[in-house]
Amino acid sequence: MQIYLPIADIPVNVLLVLAMGLAVGFISGMFGIGGGFLMTPLLIFIGVQPAVAVASVSTHVASSSFSGALAYWRRNAIDVTLALTLLAGGVVGSAGGVALFTWLRAQDQLDLVIGLSYVTLLSIVGVLLIGESARAIMRSRQGKPADLRRPGSHIWLHGLPLKLRFKRSKVYVSAIPVLAIGVIIGFIGAIMGLGGGFLLVPMLIYLLRVPTSTVIGTSLTLTFLTMLSATVLHAATNHQVDAVLALILMVGGVIGAQFGALAGHRIRGEQLRLLLGVLVLAVGLRFAVQLVLRPEDLYSIRVIGGGP
Amino acid sequence: MSYARVVALALVGLLVAVGAARAERLIVSLSNHHVMITSNYTGVDLVLFGSVERDAAAAGRRSPYDIVATITGPRQPLRTRRKQRVLGIWVNTASRTFVDPPSYLAILSSHPLEAITSAENERRLQLGIANVPLPELINNDIGEVSNDPFRAALVRLMQERGLYGEQPNAVTFLTPMLFRAAFSLPAQVPIGSYNVDVKLFADGNLIAHTDSAFEIVKVGFEQFVVAAAYEHGLLYGLATAVMALITGWIASVVFRRD
Repeated sequence: MQIYLPIADIPVNVLLVLAMGLAVGFISGMFGIGGGFLMTPLLIFIGVQPAVAVASVSTHVASSSFSGALAYWRRNAIDVTLALTLLAGGVVGSAGGVALFTWLRAQDQLDLVIGLSYVTLLSIVGVLLIGESARAIMRSRQGKPADLRRPGSHIWLHGLPLKLRFKRSKVYVSAIPVLAIGVIIGFIGAIMGLGGGFLLVPMLIYLLRVPTSTVIGTSLTLTFLTMLSATVLHAATNHQVDAVLALILMVGGVIGAQFGALAGHRIRGEQLRLLLGVLVLAVGLRFAVQLVLRPEDLYSIRVIGGGP
Repeated sequence: MSYARVVALALVGLLVAVGAARAERLIVSLSNHHVMITSNYTGVDLVLFGSVERDAAAAGRRSPYDIVATITGPRQPLRTRRKQRVLGIWVNTASRTFVDPPSYLAILSSHPLEAITSAENERRLQLGIANVPLPELINNDIGEVSNDPFRAALVRLMQERGLYGEQPNAVTFLTPMLFRAAFSLPAQVPIGSYNVDVKLFADGNLIAHTDSAFEIVKVGFEQFVVAAAYEHGLLYGLATAVMALITGWIASVVFRRD
């Protein structure tokens, strides 16, 4: 069943895109992440231009993280103050990211930067996740008790001025690192078309020492807010958001996420993180191979401008 | 196909009745002048048909006719980029900007071009992909570059996408006077106006030519989305954002487990 995507200007198979939404939704529900880092490359693979893929996936991630955040909201597991402080940084980061995105597209280097960012970011995060979860699994195998110490230590970050109290998370920390994390996540999200949940969660835990009870809900709230602003910014500046594509992805994504969440409850935390690490690293390596191998065709063409 | 034949035959009848002042006249038409892109659009097949009408002055001509039809899509600036290995990875390092090359270019003929006319005529009449001008932007100057690998790459990539092509036997004569040619436009061709230039050859000489055109337009919902996205980007973005929120909210209500 083919449907013509008005902005991407290509016909795609609805069932294929729906299945991709389901599969990525399953994974995102299972690991509590947005799944943008999987969806964007998949869309590029089926022939959607990178610019349209990145812009449309941000809409899709906004929708799936919103449905996740609502569930956490009902359980009162969101630190709204923290999310809004992060967002203040996130909006600035998104605007910078969208501006750089526009500039890179004009310089013919967008695909390269998207590729390089994926390789760097996914490889690092993948290796960190695998290392951390493998150590946790080893510890539990040897019968030692899990590390009960609250992760992260008192580092220079905690000596900065402008301290804010985040009551729900029971942390008292300077606004500067919180805003900085927001800027980084917003910036990366706008350029790479991902929510950055898989980056934000470890940052909140290890750098700001946010407890696990509020970290996922807060991260989902921020993801949803930054991706929502990225959608509007991309639509207003690059005109590359394909609403039809985004809608198909959303429908598949939100359904898949429900089943993924069920599956996620049956697997232990460290094994889940190990699986996620392997997945993230695999996607990173896939991009690395693409950059390093001699391309089949050294030439490529691109329409300049691109209007209706 | 049968429709095309009926219309073509009707045209012939009309022409015989009207008559013409010149030796040969070329009358062509298309199976569809107004292609509409709807949600199930996956490209379109069109038929060009036409007839050669001749008066007494040309009645004695014995040699067969040949047809060369050039279909040109809307023009848009295009950049061809070349990758090179930099520090182990492949990066776009060189590029050329082509000034408004056609987005679609099909050359349909009744025989291979070299069998129809001389190389000199091919060049002069811009027949065939090799002879269609594809000017480049060179230091704020516009000009043709001979033996340019970027031009060759542009043509090759467009051919791979089904956007450029030469079909030497696409035009078939149903009778010595009546011809038809089928061609297809892939789904990714841009919207806009397409020009169809038809030339009639006999004994290697151009003896008549005519033009026709068709249009590809987005209609209904597709047109609405595109217009909204480009003309009211901010509103479109806000609407898309609201759609994302509603979908997420519905999902959280439908799948609520507490």
